[in-house]
Amino acid sequence: MRNKVVTKEEAVSQIRSGSAIMVGGFGQVGTPLLLIDELLRQGQRDLTIISNNVGEPGRGLGLLLEHGRIRKAIGSYFTSNPVVGQHYLRGEIEVQLIPQGSFSEAIRAGGAGIGGFYTRASAGTTLAEGKEQKVINGQLYVLEYPLVADVSLIRAYRADTLGNLTYRKTARNFNPVMATAGKLVIAEVDEVVSPGDLDPESIVTPHLYVDFVVQRGMM
Amino acid sequence: MSDMDFKAIIAARAALELQDGDIVNLGVGIPTLVVNYLPEGREVFMHTENGLLGVGPTPAPDHVDPDLINASKLPVTQTVGCSFFASDESFAMIRGGHIDVTILGALQVDTRGRVANWSVPGKPILGVGGAMDLLIGAKRVIVTMSHTDRNGNPKIVEECTLPLTADRNVNVVITDLAVFKVEPQGLVLTELLSGATLDEVTAKTGARFDVKLVETTTG
Repeated sequence: MRNKVVTKEEAVSQIRSGSAIMVGGFGQVGTPLLLIDELLRQGQRDLTIISNNVGEPGRGLGLLLEHGRIRKAIGSYFTSNPVVGQHYLRGEIEVQLIPQGSFSEAIRAGGAGIGGFYTRASAGTTLAEGKEQKVINGQLYVLEYPLVADVSLIRAYRADTLGNLTYRKTARNFNPVMATAGKLVIAEVDEVVSPGDLDPESIVTPHLYVDFVVQRGMM
Repeated sequence: MSDMDFKAIIAARAALELQDGDIVNLGVGIPTLVVNYLPEGREVFMHTENGLLGVGPTPAPDHVDPDLINASKLPVTQTVGCSFFASDESFAMIRGGHIDVTILGALQVDTRGRVANWSVPGKPILGVGGAMDLLIGAKRVIVTMSHTDRNGNPKIVEECTLPLTADRNVNVVITDLAVFKVEPQGLVLTELLSGATLDEVTAKTGARFDVKLVETTTG
């Protein structure tokens, strides 16, 4: 039977400079920190990061930012890392801000083959400037386009060797939807089990979305 | 009045707005205090946009689960009957009208009851989070905030000078001095809190409002 478990070195070496990369996590919860650290070590640069936040100073995506590897960030909330503001004011990073619900739905659309959607979120506000707006059933909506990526780095709890994934508590967040919208999907997990060991009813991400599984705590 | 006093007054009054069985999403700051003032026996279900319905109280320091946080990225617990879900589904709940009440902070409220709460003056706009989705999606929106800003300037104004969060008006505005209901014609002062007088509220409010005082329920 196929086995998608590889080392972090092998998995991350598939990523090229200039890639658009989705990274799961809300704050640092559910963030694939091991894969991010390996990306930092391998040196890929000129990256577009699609993630709700850009880490914290000195941690996670914050490290990639501080090392000048991120060209553009697409997400909903970068205020929690003051380093983003510093880089932004120096013109070192481009930022695209999207309401959090539109962000997650744009990724869902990207992974589901949907060409765009209308949402009321941000309609009539400065964030909708330059976007198509339309009155539907008497209310103003904004057209949002799908988001896709070259690579998705996600964090899950348990995987089987086929790549089926389960999650733990609020560490789930953006991970399952990002697993659907990356051309190459790498999952960092706590535990790897054999096919059949995960209850099929509990699998949130079926294996067809996942290319590589990297187990934490393995060399 | 000390900082804690005014926050407690606002939170206690806001708690009276919650009905038995309500699905409630609480924003950052004063809204998180509202759970401490729920009338005895009133059961509400707390939703957090990072993927949990059934948010419980803050855990003791030795019982923190790193995978269990709220949207303020603070540790929480899970209640009996809770469920976890991904961000895209969480925001589908929000936009789809499945959240009964959201309680949010605000920087400014205009005379029509529209709020500005996502961009801080003088700083680059780098965070919106879920505020816009919650404002357009929740069935009822309650704003809790101090009546004036740090410099004593009114936060309730004729026109917001900060960018609006949504073109939709909120339903109730609760400050340390007053409660306003938002009617089709605009703000209506319905209660005075903390022993405030009509003259004081008028002096500290920068927008027109109607007065239909009802019996004060607290404060």
